Amino acid sequence: MANLKAIKRRPRWYNKIGYWLQHGDRIWKALLFLSSLLIVSLVVWIAWRLWYQSTLSRHQFGWAFISPWVPSSWNPALDKFQAWPSIYGSLITSVIALILAIPFSLGIAIFLAELAPAYARPPLNYMIEMLAAVPSVVYGLWGIYVFLPLIVVPIGEVIAKTAGQIPGLTTFFGGPMPVSGLSRFGAALILTIMITPTITAVSRDVLLAIPQSQREASLALGATQWETIWNVLIPYGLSGILGAVILGFGRAIGETMAVTMVIGNTTGGGYSILKPGYTMASIIANEFAEAVSDLHASALIEIGVVLFVTTLLLNAIARWLVWNVNHRTMGR
Amino acid sequence: MQNTLPIKMEIQELSVFYKSFRALNKVTMPVYEHKVTAIIGPSGCGKSTLLRSLNRMTDLVPGALIEGKVLLDGEDIYDPKKDVVDVRRRVGMVFQHPNPFPMSIYDNVAFGPRLYGLKKRAFLDELVEKSLRSAALWDEVKDKLHQSGMALSGGQQQRLCIARAIAIEPEVILMDEPASALDPVATLRIEELIFQLKERFSIVIVTHNMQQAARVSDYTTFLLMNEERAGELIEFNVTTTLFTRPKDKRTEDYITGRFG
Ligand SMILES: Nc1ncnc2c1ncn2[C@@H]1O[C@H](COP(=O)(O)OP(=O)(O)O)[C@@H](O)[C@H]1O
Ligand SMILES: [Mg+2]
Repeated sequence: MANLKAIKRRPRWYNKIGYWLQHGDRIWKALLFLSSLLIVSLVVWIAWRLWYQSTLSRHQFGWAFISPWVPSSWNPALDKFQAWPSIYGSLITSVIALILAIPFSLGIAIFLAELAPAYARPPLNYMIEMLAAVPSVVYGLWGIYVFLPLIVVPIGEVIAKTAGQIPGLTTFFGGPMPVSGLSRFGAALILTIMITPTITAVSRDVLLAIPQSQREASLALGATQWETIWNVLIPYGLSGILGAVILGFGRAIGETMAVTMVIGNTTGGGYSILKPGYTMASIIANEFAEAVSDLHASALIEIGVVLFVTTLLLNAIARWLVWNVNHRTMGR
Repeated sequence: MQNTLPIKMEIQELSVFYKSFRALNKVTMPVYEHKVTAIIGPSGCGKSTLLRSLNRMTDLVPGALIEGKVLLDGEDIYDPKKDVVDVRRRVGMVFQHPNPFPMSIYDNVAFGPRLYGLKKRAFLDELVEKSLRSAALWDEVKDKLHQSGMALSGGQQQRLCIARAIAIEPEVILMDEPASALDPVATLRIEELIFQLKERFSIVIVTHNMQQAARVSDYTTFLLMNEERAGELIEFNVTTTLFTRPKDKRTEDYITGRFG
């Protein structure tokens, strides 16, 4: 009771201030509010700087800069810039990576969360986490020396000979692929490998977080384990799994180093995935330091604006999807 | 006891182990057809363990081991040749905490039938309505069948789970303290429901509430832990007899509240 007496004996002004500050709650609130304000202003500031510094390019080229329908050319010597090929490169590599990574990642996640025997889980989990932590430059090097020649080139040849011969598909699958393997397809496959651990780890955690009572409810109705996974667990975790996929997409579209190393870095037109190209991130990384003119630098910054907006849009879509799924299933 | 009653399930010398821990020791008792059998006893005495061994939910626990037999219409459900999926379709379960799926009310009830491959809309519509009516939920939800089952109140969710269980027409329904998470009014509705359901199903219900056991059941089993903390059957009898003229001193102590 000694403490209680000490509190009572405190001077009046001290108690008054304490009351006004709600004994620290106000200070905490203010601190937290300030830090969130800081984050928001940082984003706004970045957006504004990008917008401001791309003025030259925006005034020069207008909407044609990002249009798929104008003849494209990227020629620093003639001060001619058009961003569509690199926008296309970013989209196509990320989308292919996602299409390939989703079934893989979900399969591994289901195995790790639901099927693997207890003794096999720790080593497998460790490997997934390690793969997620490998620096992208290492993926790039491994890509150039091992993955491209050994795997991408042979697959590329097959694609060129099959899908590439079908009229209508030639635009997207036409060969030949460069002997080095440097191509949009190579970049897409490297991205697949890079985002698989991310999507896997997050979806695994989503599955593990599903209450056991859901599995029990399904099994008690006479469902098999697979029926339980497909009909109960995946729908239950759908919003979380969507989140994992969006995370993977974000990583793919923003990935710079590994892609720059394997995509070939050319602004040539054409849509074939077997050909070299650029992505938004890789063209900025590759050319910005050696921009030959103010307009060149400004054009690269405008690409940064496009990348920024794309990412924001993606996040908005993701939020909407997650909200939609939650609303439909959980009734909130 | 009237031994001429048809027996639906027969538990013979059943012991359940979790790894090396014996949770249940040589329990023998019948489950009569179209009757409600209550399992009572203090917390941790193995009530849930006994109940879950009746539809092989114990299979889900790594390291769980079964000794003895559980006969369903004379056939041992633990026979290696027996299909566990088939056992669970014949012996349904309602859990302590309502666990509807995050789907619409309709899809929750249609979940089991769809597993059978029943896809016809008209047929499913009819079955869903019938099951919800049997679970005394139809009037409350008939206008919002396509809203999420998660948005219902606790008592409604539990009745939804009952509707989901009876939609596949099991022969036995196991209930593990189905009302313990509910308020008194919702509890009463579940108890009334159990009374109606026994016309169509044989019911085994675990409860730690003795008044509830006395109200809803025809037969009661009293379990108690022995010195090694293994649950043992102390007494099985017609509910009214067990509560008014218990044979065992320990049963008497428990039902008069002189016991943990
Ligand atoms: N999955 C499990 N693993 C290990 N021990 C368990 C498990 N489930 C229950 N037990 C143990 O078995 C005994 C009986 O538990 P339970 O059947 O849940 O009792 P009740 O339902 O009567 O409270 C308890 O000692 C409990 O600790
Ligand atoms: Mg229990």
